[in-house]
Amino acid sequence: MSGEWISFDFGALLNSFWATTFDGLTLGAIYALVALGYTLVYGVLNLINFAHSEVFIAGAFAVVFFLSSLGFGPSAPTLPLGMLILDLVLAGIIAMVVSGGTAIIVERVAYKPLRDRGASRLAFLISAIGMSFVLQYIFFEWRGPNAEPSVTMFRPKPIFEVFGAIIDSQQLTIVIAALIMMVCVDQVVRRTKLGRGIRAVAQDPDTATLMGVNRERIIVATFAIGGFLAGAAALFYVMRVPAGVFYMGGFILGIKAFTAAVLGGIGNVRGALLGGLLVGLIGNYGATILGDSQWTDVVIFVVLILVLMIRPNGILGTNLGEARV
Amino acid sequence: MNADANLTEVAPERDIAVAEGDTLVKVKDLSVVFGGLTALDSVSFDIRRGEILGLIGPNGAGKTTCFNAMTGVYKPSQGSVMLEGHSLLGLKKHRITRLGLARTFQNIRLFGEMTALENVAVGLDARHKSGMISAMLRTPRHYREEKQIITRGMELLEFVGIADRALDRAKDLPYGYQRRLEIARALATDPKLLCLDEPAAGFNPAEKEELMELIHTVRDEGYTILLIEHDMKLVMGVTDRIVVLEFGKKIADDIPSAIREDPAVIAAYLGQEEPDATA
Amino acid sequence: MSAHSPLSSAGAKQAEAAGKLGHKRPSWYLRLKSWWNDRSRWQQWLLLLVVVILAYLLPVINPPLITTEPSNDFAISCFNMALYGLVALGLNVVVGQAGLLDLGYIGFFAVGAYTASLWTSPDSPLVHIPYLWTLPLAMIVTVVFGIALGIPTLRLRGDYLAIVTLGFGEIIRLLATIIPVLKGNTGFQNIGRPPGEIDGSPIFSASNGLPWYWFTVTVIVIVMILLGNLERSRVGRAWFAIREDEDAAEIMGVPTFRFKLAAFGTGAALGGLSGALLAGQVGFVNNQKFDVPTSILFLAAVILGGQGNKLGVVIGGAIVAYVPLRFTALGGWKFLIFGVVLVLLMIFRSQGLFGKKPKLLTYTARIRRKVKHEASPEPGDPPHEATASATDRSGIDENTDRSGIDENTDDGDEGGRA
Repeated sequence: MSGEWISFDFGALLNSFWATTFDGLTLGAIYALVALGYTLVYGVLNLINFAHSEVFIAGAFAVVFFLSSLGFGPSAPTLPLGMLILDLVLAGIIAMVVSGGTAIIVERVAYKPLRDRGASRLAFLISAIGMSFVLQYIFFEWRGPNAEPSVTMFRPKPIFEVFGAIIDSQQLTIVIAALIMMVCVDQVVRRTKLGRGIRAVAQDPDTATLMGVNRERIIVATFAIGGFLAGAAALFYVMRVPAGVFYMGGFILGIKAFTAAVLGGIGNVRGALLGGLLVGLIGNYGATILGDSQWTDVVIFVVLILVLMIRPNGILGTNLGEARV
Repeated sequence: MNADANLTEVAPERDIAVAEGDTLVKVKDLSVVFGGLTALDSVSFDIRRGEILGLIGPNGAGKTTCFNAMTGVYKPSQGSVMLEGHSLLGLKKHRITRLGLARTFQNIRLFGEMTALENVAVGLDARHKSGMISAMLRTPRHYREEKQIITRGMELLEFVGIADRALDRAKDLPYGYQRRLEIARALATDPKLLCLDEPAAGFNPAEKEELMELIHTVRDEGYTILLIEHDMKLVMGVTDRIVVLEFGKKIADDIPSAIREDPAVIAAYLGQEEPDATA
Repeated sequence: MSAHSPLSSAGAKQAEAAGKLGHKRPSWYLRLKSWWNDRSRWQQWLLLLVVVILAYLLPVINPPLITTEPSNDFAISCFNMALYGLVALGLNVVVGQAGLLDLGYIGFFAVGAYTASLWTSPDSPLVHIPYLWTLPLAMIVTVVFGIALGIPTLRLRGDYLAIVTLGFGEIIRLLATIIPVLKGNTGFQNIGRPPGEIDGSPIFSASNGLPWYWFTVTVIVIVMILLGNLERSRVGRAWFAIREDEDAAEIMGVPTFRFKLAAFGTGAALGGLSGALLAGQVGFVNNQKFDVPTSILFLAAVILGGQGNKLGVVIGGAIVAYVPLRFTALGGWKFLIFGVVLVLLMIFRSQGLFGKKPKLLTYTARIRRKVKHEASPEPGDPPHEATASATDRSGIDENTDRSGIDENTDDGDEGGRA
């Protein structure tokens, strides 16, 4: 048998360390935005929203449709900078509305009726999986099995050089925009009335309800926020992976984002950020060292298992399970 | 109550290394710290074989914490718990149970979808050895153990007085039955020490009276009992000796009549909403 | 002692219990159940025998409307249904009995299929062994995989376990692509088959589903008997207790980790067995069959059938395999419809089509008699003959228990009559 199938080439990583890192952070920022949606919903409902990946890809479809209708195509458009920014912001807003709306539909169809009936946790998971199937195959029936024609928003321009690696305008846009959104979410959760409601429901739904928090409204709002973030992530995703918009695209990215949320400690907002960036980096490093992007997911999952062995609730997760009985 | 139950089935011969009246469990300098907060501060006491020891104290005094540290749920930061001279610290919870420490839960934690008898069977299984192979191929040992479940399991249910609902789901049983079922399930593990965590919570006075009787009967079967209880009247009536905790520290350890007079205990309970201390 | 006798009216009591649960049993179910309970034991056995024979004959009868032809050969479709049934049976041990959420069960299925391929296909450089030997070998290999995955991960709770198992399934699929010896998309051809020839052509072939179907149904029957034995033993009780309340189980003396590992291993072995059967029937294995959506389909089969009920999940598996084969014209819509059905099922019947609590004691009948005896009916309470017949039946029940083939007496629970 050939022993050739796995070889570690650390030289390859050393040669392109910073470039790999910056690209990993860019991907990680996108994962983190989607991971936030998983984590927020998990926080208030203690449930994995399995359909969140479809919430995300719905936004990506919206971005592609909107931008194609404006004449964007495979090659970068020649637009004045102001117009370009306006178009992208509009695309982002549309994606957020579409993803947010999809998230609310998912909540109303797949979660609310089960909550009213006091279903078991597994039932919620299955119903979310069912919803995920439905959305996936709506896209499939509508757009076919192939990816949408790619939409290029702008040609990445080198902005500056760090440690010999170039950071381009695309990476900078994605990371900065994503970071701003994540800080906003963190602040919303920490400082606003809505955020207090979310935290109250997350900690103790019954007491929160007794204290006058409208649980139903908080749940819908949480799904909506998760959807908005997924929509924003969709814009950046189309920017970074233009050929990745097809019916299974959400599922593929969703698994990574979900892994990110768990790695960071599901239910923890900052954990999602940390987890997202880590998954982006680990995947990139692993693929570079092992010389094939096929390895990306294998490396990510192996690291996840290793981390969970040491910290069963994720890196920033609290040890709630230990304090029970 | 079925006092005429076959006693050998309820309390079979157990190999207990210490004699009647000697120290069965020794708790020494036990401390539990939660993130800087000392919930239990260097508590020491003995439990003697054959006695009913009460563990009391105002709310938040550390009774349940002490209990949880003994049964392996919490990791103590310091101190030791010895059963018949063997340390229990660091052992897995199921090991501790099999060594002879069984407990009930303050907030009932039965296996709700199982029948009452099946709940007891899980307790009895702590002493059983059948594994995958034995069960799949139905070896003689499997049959022996399954037979024991119906004889001994039913005896236990009769003993606590709920045999008439043996085949009902635990969650469908009335509250009082559920509390008794918890005791039966714990007894099923053949404990050397039976720990009851507020077994009378939510009972009316008549039910409490019945429960007290049951606890006495259990002791008369040769069990040693550690009883956490809020209701001072119940504790005074049923225990042989009482340990009092306050703010995680032991403030008294004596027979009930002495505890009643103890100024430290009276002070601890003064201002409490439960003036039962003088009852 | 209260006047309430647990045996007085099983049907009514059940309706009442179901009401408490929040989801009512449909009336047809109750009526069927009480009708079933009214049959005497030998009538029940006879009926079950007829059902089993009918199951064996299904592809021969090839009933119109139900048949998947002309688009799919019905015998091969039946084999696929049986195979999904076996997969669901294995996954049910993990999810339904022990309550461990496994989203990567496909990984074990894949390991089984590749084990059979590697040891029988001419495309593999390994030593070749007879196909039938690969079945136990696949089980052993998957148990090793199951334990290797279980030891680090079974300390995790619920959703964490779900993502880790999902990751495991993905890792196996990706490794099948990456590792050259597993031949990625090219795959393995001419995988072995059981021996035997009629008129010079092999009995077991890719084009003839009939022997494969009979073989798989036989495997299912044997597995159900063994799993039934496990269910009504210390092992089954430990699993159920873990599923109900893991902490309480541990404190009651259940070595939870060990039993979770046992459930994981048992499930893995059955997954591996199913994979090896698939590899043998199709004769070709590559990396395209083992994706996460299929894994989720397996889980859906268990939920659809009613987790915890062995016969139920087999039917669930059969349904999940049957629908796409029967309605080929639906194309992608079948998954859409499938999704809608899952959501509706969870809303209106979250315990699945045939969900019910398994019995966990070997001598349920004897206990029922004992309880009945203790409850000693006042004169004139329940009618005399009913008592007699119940006792009578219990006696037979116990005999069948002893033989170990009490699988099918499952639905005879609650004893008495409605």
